[in-house]
Amino acid sequence: MTTVSQPVSSSSKVLPRLLRAIGGGHADTRLMAMVGVLALIWLCANILTGGVFLSPRNLFNLSLQVSVVAIMASGMILVIVTRHIDLSVGSQVGFLGVLGGLVQSVWLPDSIHAWWIASLVMLGGGVFIGLIQGALVAYARIPSFVVTLGGLLFLRNAAYELNDGTTIAPLTETFQILGGGQNGVLGGPLSWLFAFVVAGLVVGSLVRKHRRKRRLGIQKALQASDYFSAAAWCTCAFGFVAIMNSYNKPSTDEPMGMAFPVLILIAATAAMTLVAKRHRFGRHVFAVGGDPQSARLTGINTQRVVLKVFALMGLLSGLASVVLTARLNAAASGAGTMMELYVIAAAVIGGTSLAGGAGTILGGCVGALIMQSLQSAMVLLGIPSPTQSMVLAGVLVLAVWIDTMWRERRLS
Amino acid sequence: MTTPLLEARNVNKAFGGVHAVENVSVSLMSGEVVALLGHNGAGKSTFIKMLSGVFPADSGQILIDGKAVDIRSPHDAQELGIETIHQTLALADNLDAVSNLFLGREQTDRFGFLDTEAMEHGARQTIERMRLRIPSLNASVRSMSGGQRQAVAIARALHFNARILIMDEPTAALGPEETKNVGLLIQELKRQGLGIFLISHDMHDVFQLSDRIMVMKSGRVVGSYPTKELTQDDALEMIILGRKPARFAAATA
Ligand SMILES: Nc1ncnc2c1ncn2[C@@H]1O[C@H](COP(=O)(O)OP(=O)(O)OP(=O)(O)O)[C@@H](O)[C@H]1O
Ligand SMILES: [Mg+2]
Repeated sequence: MTTVSQPVSSSSKVLPRLLRAIGGGHADTRLMAMVGVLALIWLCANILTGGVFLSPRNLFNLSLQVSVVAIMASGMILVIVTRHIDLSVGSQVGFLGVLGGLVQSVWLPDSIHAWWIASLVMLGGGVFIGLIQGALVAYARIPSFVVTLGGLLFLRNAAYELNDGTTIAPLTETFQILGGGQNGVLGGPLSWLFAFVVAGLVVGSLVRKHRRKRRLGIQKALQASDYFSAAAWCTCAFGFVAIMNSYNKPSTDEPMGMAFPVLILIAATAAMTLVAKRHRFGRHVFAVGGDPQSARLTGINTQRVVLKVFALMGLLSGLASVVLTARLNAAASGAGTMMELYVIAAAVIGGTSLAGGAGTILGGCVGALIMQSLQSAMVLLGIPSPTQSMVLAGVLVLAVWIDTMWRERRLS
Repeated sequence: MTTPLLEARNVNKAFGGVHAVENVSVSLMSGEVVALLGHNGAGKSTFIKMLSGVFPADSGQILIDGKAVDIRSPHDAQELGIETIHQTLALADNLDAVSNLFLGREQTDRFGFLDTEAMEHGARQTIERMRLRIPSLNASVRSMSGGQRQAVAIARALHFNARILIMDEPTAALGPEETKNVGLLIQELKRQGLGIFLISHDMHDVFQLSDRIMVMKSGRVVGSYPTKELTQDDALEMIILGRKPARFAAATA
């Protein structure tokens, strides 16, 4: 709205201002650039695949694939922010999957409670793994690179040993719902309800922000950018639901709607964003990443912060493993192979600095979307799997290079 | 005689083979400014770090109000009313001024969620009261000048109503006007009854602000005298030669 009164001559400033507007006041141009790249990838992929890429069916599948990686990315971001790395997340997913499979098929074969007990065991197992790795990093002071490289090797083979390398399938029907199969979707009406709930929350937060600023005596309580970002979020919610609802269950005209994994992802992302930005723990995570020595001098227990970050990463790996195992309807020791690279790439592409101290959860989600979109497009184009991996490896290195240049320019 | 606010008795600290602090004893009264002088590497920072809980002393005793205390962490020190402006400032560069001011002591609701507004309000008040200059409370500290960063560290030390203030070269990066303000601030805090340890290489400041001067060399106390009784030459002699000035040495021998 402010642009209307401006003369046209400032056209060179329109883009930054627009970006700032969508970003909600603070110029998170980095994130906006990422969204731009994503849009470009989608457009190109859609043209190359003759419209298949942006079909509801493909976008539905994409939403399922993204969920697993993005759930873990939100944890990886905090790990990287504290200047560490977790290379074992892919193996964690495989190991915890087999564990969950065993609970359902061997230990509680006929119980109707098997699905949630298995899920809890997987989440708890993840936390346990995270605590051990975190303790080795924080208290035994072994570099996280080494600890989690060991974890990668150890857990993958432990997964194999756990069930002699045989795949456990099928799994409990209730458990499958968590993976977003035909029954694991919200359906049309509930999906719309979800969009309305999101819109309600967005408007609610806008109102709260307005009231708060008024109370502090700030005149122009809400800016154009606030309205823009609220509108953008609502558009995303309704647009997404509209697409998901236009994909019907096979040979019916019942809409699929949103899949459960996406709901789990949204809940995890929202919770992690709250933790990162609004909670004392998140504040300490960023302080430790920004300057570990200073954080210690101010009285932050930096070792415990690192321990908790790894435990949280384990919890999210467990959650991702639940979703992946349920979706595949099989617990295989090889599940999640190479996934650590996708997760790290998603975090880095989304603006998490490998130098520590900087990163956003939302950025990680966009990063995961970029990675999975590239892969999905290559699958649709019939590009062989080794070539896909080579391309993704290149993208990862490119992303780090762009990150380096970005920061150097910003700092100078 | 009144009980000292803080007293250290025969405090020691060694790093591997380096005896960084050796049998240091000192007392600090309420309303007193004790200046610590000494060469680079004399052990000044190491000594005050034991008071502020960065690491425990190897041996020796620390007493507050005459009672022996065990300072094992920065939180312990903070709870005893000891606030420190570290030589390195101890700021997280990637966070803003408000976050740094409350780092490790955030105001939260009972679930641990940050009360950003209350913290911003508190920070603003302290900064105004101290007449410090900080350009923006919400910009990351990284984007600030050395002096502005120092101002953030000073504000943090004074926000929580310290009884004992430790300033490890607090004015090293400040301009003349800001240095003068910190001097006024120290005098004001003195009047309020705080005890202050001041580490500084600036002789002029030290002689203007301190009540007592303690000189260290190679981890040991060379001597500790009321500022009134010393000349700058005496102090320099102690720092450089590591022995008491001739006239005092004769008196105590
Ligand atoms: N964490 C540490 N590990 C090992 N040695 C240390 C450590 N901290 C200090 N030292 C050593 O202890 C001695 C005293 O250092 P300290 O930092 O206390 O000196 P200082 O008097 O504060 O000097 P400056 O005026 O340069 O700040 C030095 O020899 C230093 O090398
Ligand atoms: Mg020092």
